[in-house]
Amino acid sequence: MPRMTMIEAIRDAHGVKMAEDDNVVVFGEDVGYFGGVFRCTAGLQERFGKSRCFDAPINESGIVGTAIGMAAFGLRPVVEMQFADYVYPAYDQIVSEAARLRYRSAGDFTCPLVVRMPTGGGIFGGQTHSQSPEALFTHVSGLKTVVPSNPYDAKGLLIAAIEDNDPVIFLEPKRLYNGPFDGDHDKPVTPWSKHPLGEVPDGRYIVPLGKGAIRREGAALTVLAYGTMVHVAEAAAEMVGIDAEIVDLRTLMPLDLDLIEASVKKTGRCLVVHEATLTSGFGAELVAVVADACFYHLEAPIVRVAGWDTPYPHAQEWDYFPGQARIGGAMKRVMEG
Amino acid sequence: MAARPRKSASNASAGKAAKSVSESSAEQIVKTLEHFDAPAPAKFSKDDEIRSYRDMLLIRRFEEKAGQLYGMGFIGGFCHLYIGQEAVVVGMQMAMKDGDQVVTGYRDHGHMLATGMEARGVMAELTGRRSGYSRGKGGSMHMFSKEKKFYGGHGIVGAQVPIGTGLAFSNKYEGTDAIAITYFGDGAANQGQVYESFNMASLWKLPVVYVVENNRYAMGTSVNRASAETDFSHRGLSFKIPGFQVDGMDVRAVKAAGDLAAEHCRSGEGPIILEMMTYRYRGHSMSDPAKYRTRDEVQKMRSESDPIEQVKKRLVSDHGMSEDDVKAIDKEVRDVVADAADFAQSDPEPDPSELWTDIYADDIPQAAE
Ligand SMILES: Cc1ncc(C[n+]2csc(CCOP(=O)(O)OP(=O)(O)O)c2C)c(N)n1
Ligand SMILES: [Mg+2]
Repeated sequence: MPRMTMIEAIRDAHGVKMAEDDNVVVFGEDVGYFGGVFRCTAGLQERFGKSRCFDAPINESGIVGTAIGMAAFGLRPVVEMQFADYVYPAYDQIVSEAARLRYRSAGDFTCPLVVRMPTGGGIFGGQTHSQSPEALFTHVSGLKTVVPSNPYDAKGLLIAAIEDNDPVIFLEPKRLYNGPFDGDHDKPVTPWSKHPLGEVPDGRYIVPLGKGAIRREGAALTVLAYGTMVHVAEAAAEMVGIDAEIVDLRTLMPLDLDLIEASVKKTGRCLVVHEATLTSGFGAELVAVVADACFYHLEAPIVRVAGWDTPYPHAQEWDYFPGQARIGGAMKRVMEG
Repeated sequence: MAARPRKSASNASAGKAAKSVSESSAEQIVKTLEHFDAPAPAKFSKDDEIRSYRDMLLIRRFEEKAGQLYGMGFIGGFCHLYIGQEAVVVGMQMAMKDGDQVVTGYRDHGHMLATGMEARGVMAELTGRRSGYSRGKGGSMHMFSKEKKFYGGHGIVGAQVPIGTGLAFSNKYEGTDAIAITYFGDGAANQGQVYESFNMASLWKLPVVYVVENNRYAMGTSVNRASAETDFSHRGLSFKIPGFQVDGMDVRAVKAAGDLAAEHCRSGEGPIILEMMTYRYRGHSMSDPAKYRTRDEVQKMRSESDPIEQVKKRLVSDHGMSEDDVKAIDKEVRDVVADAADFAQSDPEPDPSELWTDIYADDIPQAAE
C-alpha cells in the first residue's frame, strides 16, 4: 500500500474526487499554479486544467461566497483558506449563508461545500498563523466540522466531506502534515512513512463523518482528543505509564456520542485535551456531553487541558502549547481524583 | 475562469454579455476620469542624497542580517524581507512631517527603520527577546511604536487598510494636519475591506495616503493572475480617489509623489492613491522555492534598477563624493546592524510571566488546570 504524508493524502483525495466527478472544483490563494503553500493541491491544475483548479485573489470572503453560489447551483467546490487564521473575512459568508442555505430555503437549496484550512501551532507562527478556531464553527448549526489526525483519515474524511451534501469545515493540523508530531519539539518528527496510519490505499474510500476511533485501548482513563493532541496524548500516556484509552474524535460535528459514552463508562475517568484556548473551547462541550451521559459512572472529576486563554504567543510558543508534561500531569490528577 | 470543457456551449452566452463593454472602451472610461500624472522626480540636495542612501542601506543591511540570523536559527517562524523595495518607505518618510502616522502589513522591518525605530528593538523582536518592540509577543510581523507613530505591523493581509483610514479620521477629528500613510501590497489590494475603506475615506474626505507597494507578486501569484485591473492607481476611481503610478525604485520619484500626496491630503482634498512600481528581490518569506519567476527577471531588476545603486552613483558622479566617503557611510550602517544583531542574540528571552500580560487592561483570572 502506498505510504503518504498527510499532504499527499489530502492531495490524493482531491485527485480521486476530481477524476470521478467534474462538479468538483478546487480553488483558493496560490492553490492552482503554485499548488498551495503547503503543496496540498500540487499537480491538480496540470492534471485537471485551469477551469477545475485555479488561483483566487486574496479575498477570503469572495472565495467562500463564490463557492457558496457554485454549491447552491450544484457544483461541489473545495476551497482552501491558506491558514485558518485568514478565515475571518469569510466567517460571515460561512455562518450567515453556507450554514443556513438549506434551512432558509426549506431544503430547496443546499450547500455541498468544503472549506479546508491548516490549523494549530508549533511552527512559530505567532498569533496570526497558529490558531485553532474549531469552536467558532462547531457553535454554528448547519456546519460540519472535521479534524483528521493522520494521512489515512485525512484522505477518507476529505472524500466523505466532498461527497457530503452539507457544508464541511475541514481543519488540517499543520504540525501533522509531515509526521505524527507528539509535542516534543526538540527531536525531529518521525515521518509518516514509519507510522501505520501513513499507509493510504489507492482510489476511493471514505472515513464516515461522525465516527471517532480508538487510537490506544486502555482501562484507566479516557482521553478525548483530536488532531495534533491525539499524538501528544499518546506520548504523554507512555511517559507517565498510565493505561489511557485515547479516543480520536475525527469529526467534532456530528460527534460520535456512542463511542465517547462507551469509553468513559468503561474507564470511569475522563480527560479532555485541545490546543485551542480553554474558555468556550470545544472541550467545554465535551465535558458537558460526558457529564450528561456518564455522570453516574465517573469516579473522578473530568479535567481539561487546553491552550491558555491568551492570544497565541510568538516567543513563548512552547509555554502555551499543551505538551506532554501538562497532559501527563493531568492524567495523574484524573487518576488521583 | 473558463467553464468546464464539455459544457462550453452554456458559457458562450455569458461571454457574450460580458463583451458589451469592450476592452478598449473600458480603458477609455478609465482614462476620461480625472487622475493625476506622476510629478517629476524631486530635486535632491547632497544632504538628501546622503540621507536617502544611508536610510535605504540601513534597511538593506538589516534585512540581509535578518536573513542570516534566520538561517542560523536565531529567528523562527515567518520573516518577510524588504530588500529591493527600500526607496518606497525612505522616499515617503522624506515627504512626511512629524505627527504623520504609518501603518503597514507584515513586510514591515523597512517601514519601522524608516520611521526611526531602533534597529536593536526590531532585531530583538525578530529573535523573540524581551527588549523587542513587542517583548517577543509579536515577532517579525507585529511591532509598534507609539513614539514614532508606527501603528504596526499586521499579519492579516489587508487588515491595516481600514485601520489607516481610522487614523486619518482621527486626524481630521482632532483638527491636526497630520496624515496617515497606509501601505499595502498588490495582493492585499483585492481584499474587500480595502474598498470599504476607499469609500469611507473619500466620502468623509479623510487625510490618508494609500500606498500600494506593487512588487508584482503576492506570494507565488503574479499580479496579472490575481487582478482584473492591474493598474492599482486606478482602483480608487469609482470612489473619486485620484491616483498615479510612481517609479518606486527611484527614491526621488517617491519623494516627489509623497510631497504631492501629502499636500493633497493636508489641504482637505481627501485620500489619494500612490502605486509604487517596485520589486522584491528575495522570496516571499524565508521558505519560498520561487518557481514563479526566473532568476533572470530578478537579476535584471537588481542590475538595472537597484534603488541604492542609483543613489550611490549620483553621490559619486554628481556630488563629488569619493569611494572612501561612501564607504564611510557603509561602515557606519554596518556597525549599527552588527550591534543590533549582537544585541538581539544576547538579550534574554521574555520573562515567563509575560505569557499572561497585555491581554486585558486588568488581570483576568485564568481557570486553574
Ligand atoms: C487574510 C489573509 N489572507 C492570506 C494571507 C497569506 N498571505 C500572506 S502574505 C500574502 C501575499 C500578499 O501579497 P502582497 O499584498 O502583494 O504583499 P507582498 O507580500 O508582495 O509584500 C498572502 C496571501 C494572510 N496573511 N492574510
Ligand atoms: Mg506583492
